[in-house]
Amino acid sequence: MELIYEKSQPGRRAGRVPSYDLPVPKIPAELLREAPPRLPEVPENEIVRHFTALADRNFGIDTGFYPLGSCTMKYNPRVNERVVGLPGFRDLHPLQEDEGAQGALELMWELQQILAEVAGLPAVTLQPAAGSQGELTGLMLMRAAFADRGEPGRNVIITADTAHGTNPASVTMAGFELEKVATTDRGNLDLDDLRAKVDDRTAGLMLTNPSTLGLFDEGIQQVAEIFHSRGALLYYDGANLNAVVGRSRPGDMGFDIVHYNLHKTFSQPHGGGGPGGGPVAVRAEIEPFLPAPSVVRDGDAFRLDHDRPKSIGRVRGFAGPFGVFVRSYAFMRAYGPALQDMSEVAVLNANYLLAQLRDVYDLPYDRLCMHEFVLSARSMKREHGVTALDVAKRLMDHDIHPPTIYFPLVVAEALMIEPTETETKERLDEFVDAMRSIAAEAASEPETLKAAPLTRPVRRLDEVKAAKEPVVRHAFDTPRAVDRIEAG
Amino acid sequence: MSTAGYLSLTDADLAAMLDAIGVDSIDDLFEQIPEGVRFGRALDVPEALPEAALVRHLEELAERNADTSRELSFLGMGIYDHYVPAIADTFLSRGEFLTAYTPYQPEMSQGVLQAIFEYQTAICELTGMDVSNASGYDGATVAADACFIARHHTGRTKVVLAETLNPQVRQVVKTYAPGFGMEVVEVPHDGGTTDPAALADAAHDAALVIFQQPNAFGCLEPAPELAAAAANAGALPVAHVDLASLGLLEAPGNYGCAMAIGEGQSIGNYQSYGGPHYGFLAARTEFIRRMPGRIVGETTDLEGKRGFVLTLQTREQHIRREKATSNMTTNQTLLALAGLITLCWLGPEGLRELGETCTALAAYAKERVGLPVAFERPHFKEIAFRTPIPARDVVARAREHGVHPGYPLGRDYPGLDDVLLVALTEKRTPADVDRLAEVLAEVTS
Repeated sequence: MELIYEKSQPGRRAGRVPSYDLPVPKIPAELLREAPPRLPEVPENEIVRHFTALADRNFGIDTGFYPLGSCTMKYNPRVNERVVGLPGFRDLHPLQEDEGAQGALELMWELQQILAEVAGLPAVTLQPAAGSQGELTGLMLMRAAFADRGEPGRNVIITADTAHGTNPASVTMAGFELEKVATTDRGNLDLDDLRAKVDDRTAGLMLTNPSTLGLFDEGIQQVAEIFHSRGALLYYDGANLNAVVGRSRPGDMGFDIVHYNLHKTFSQPHGGGGPGGGPVAVRAEIEPFLPAPSVVRDGDAFRLDHDRPKSIGRVRGFAGPFGVFVRSYAFMRAYGPALQDMSEVAVLNANYLLAQLRDVYDLPYDRLCMHEFVLSARSMKREHGVTALDVAKRLMDHDIHPPTIYFPLVVAEALMIEPTETETKERLDEFVDAMRSIAAEAASEPETLKAAPLTRPVRRLDEVKAAKEPVVRHAFDTPRAVDRIEAG
Repeated sequence: MSTAGYLSLTDADLAAMLDAIGVDSIDDLFEQIPEGVRFGRALDVPEALPEAALVRHLEELAERNADTSRELSFLGMGIYDHYVPAIADTFLSRGEFLTAYTPYQPEMSQGVLQAIFEYQTAICELTGMDVSNASGYDGATVAADACFIARHHTGRTKVVLAETLNPQVRQVVKTYAPGFGMEVVEVPHDGGTTDPAALADAAHDAALVIFQQPNAFGCLEPAPELAAAAANAGALPVAHVDLASLGLLEAPGNYGCAMAIGEGQSIGNYQSYGGPHYGFLAARTEFIRRMPGRIVGETTDLEGKRGFVLTLQTREQHIRREKATSNMTTNQTLLALAGLITLCWLGPEGLRELGETCTALAAYAKERVGLPVAFERPHFKEIAFRTPIPARDVVARAREHGVHPGYPLGRDYPGLDDVLLVALTEKRTPADVDRLAEVLAEVTS
């Protein structure tokens, strides 16, 4: 379809801005714009049609089943959208005096309390904008804690070979060195490998538990012991927290620093890529280093505390992505203590799918899973030349969003499936039927899978071409207005 | 059975599912958690609320905030009460956009991919750059991103920040810099703007120089001279700009900047107590392979039809891991979509008019408010006034009259305790400015 720029006609417009008939002061000529930006000139009706057509070409949880592993694509309750739009939240300036923002601060403080209880750790910062920024914040906290302890030489972070790519990338951005630890055949961290690698240069571990394989690390207590006995810290990547809320707490597992993904576990809609929220909880000893400002309670009043002399500083503007807090807080209050049921049904749904699919796809780790599991299409590839990518593309023709594929890296032809707790048994059964029919097709007509998808607005796209000759903005084929003026 | 919250599991479902799995109970599924780390009690969190009670509870909290519908506000300093068009709300509530994940599977996500491509185009047009990412977290973290790019591009480790760069942006850069192995130097302002000669001295051996246009005091910097001073020292000139100004003010790419960054909130996002909003980062072509975050590119499908995909992914964490250009994955796509829709709604004329109206209102305030201006410099939509009593006290007293008169600069700038920064958007009227003038006269007399 056309770009909005291709629908533009000089002189058309949508919005009107008040002028108030005031004189515009003179601005020095060298600071003034020479040529107007080529923004689209389109009436409002056509803008609405354009974005309606784009919405029609997009697939969300509202459209259908979205078992994208590690992304926790659960239903996003609409009441959360209603409350985030209340003027008292929506139109509140972040530099309003604390006394004029008591409702917002109370909400943030209450959210911190719930998050602390869920993690089993006492102190929370809401500031990080996303999980990966939470990771970076956590690593900065480690550095500050070791500097304070007089151990600045601790410069190595250990991550699992199953880790999300954000973990090693955060390690680099925080200025640490990276060391990797292997995973056993059962999907746990290899304790012998770990013992050999942890020493007095080790700052800490970054771990997702359950792991990206959807498996709870059965040796987590020994893992914590290995790090703590050598004076190092444990960081919990909360990407998979949806598996264990009310069933096991990272703080009780031995983790010292934890991030949450509010856009996963606590239902902030992900908006086609964001926003998210990545609060971080820590043990009491690490609290002094948390970013400033923090939200504190004095009796019945709440305030932003900027006076934090040991703080690592600010990691984001203002006090965090407040609208995300409103939605996640509303989500938590809709469940109350039954947040535990949320994780239980998430785990039930995943195990149900696993049980129904294990005979038609390879199962690299034959255990009960937590909230997600990883299958492999390697036999299918060997026997029929059909890959995980082909399975994913064919699922689209069943109006199902594909699972995460080719991750984690330790599994060949990986299909990482996370149904979440908000899907009914009927939806899960539809997915099972689709996956089984694709497995049958792989044997009978593999060429159909290779050609899939057949029912989407576009067929398979050439990603190599996109990267080789990057076209990352529209090339206007009409000269700019200033050029037109100069030419004629 | 569980029907708590948003669950809908019946007894029949549970029995059939446990049977299919081959276990007797949900507890059996959690046996893999070692006994020592199982949580043995109910969560101690507030009770569940049914929807109507939940709404009432949140309404009560919201009512205890002095938002801009309850108070006549002139607060700015990075976040502004500009008008958000109705059609931005319309599309942000469309579930196809709202409830989608990052577009890893392009055939399922052509809508958002094309929208991001259109957004990237708009940001490039406004800033005069060749490439924009799909958004950063906010106007502060994109400054840290620019430092990371410059560190690797130049091999230098010094960051130079104009003191007139928003204080929160500078604080975030200082938090990130040690991890990048960089040190930060700040150039003090001279009468409200940055002296190009002072900047040139500081820029010696620097990786980059970041200045803000219009700056944190609302003054217009001699931006072309600052960019030239940085470039002459071999440092990358980076402008932190307000999208709302770019219908009127020159694009940073047209006065020699290597990158343009900023907070997008003023175009299409509500104030929302500071977030979520979108940061933007645009650069010249030579930096394309060092950009952080998602970038959408154009391509074709196997029938030759145009389509869009996430591209240059070998920069990114999920491919390059510890060698990635950033750890970023989640960004602010939905907020950037609101920005794109708002820019389409304004068009080039509307964006220019927006800048003119804000500047004109600021000039009207300068004339009407009976206080001396703090800095005799050309301005955009913010004006700093000297107050005869501490500006904090002016704020407290004016609020008793239902007017929030602006931001006391002394909160961030020692020595400027008597300076009040007043922001004007097109939502304020000349009558509102008259009211501000009246209240300021009363509380400062």
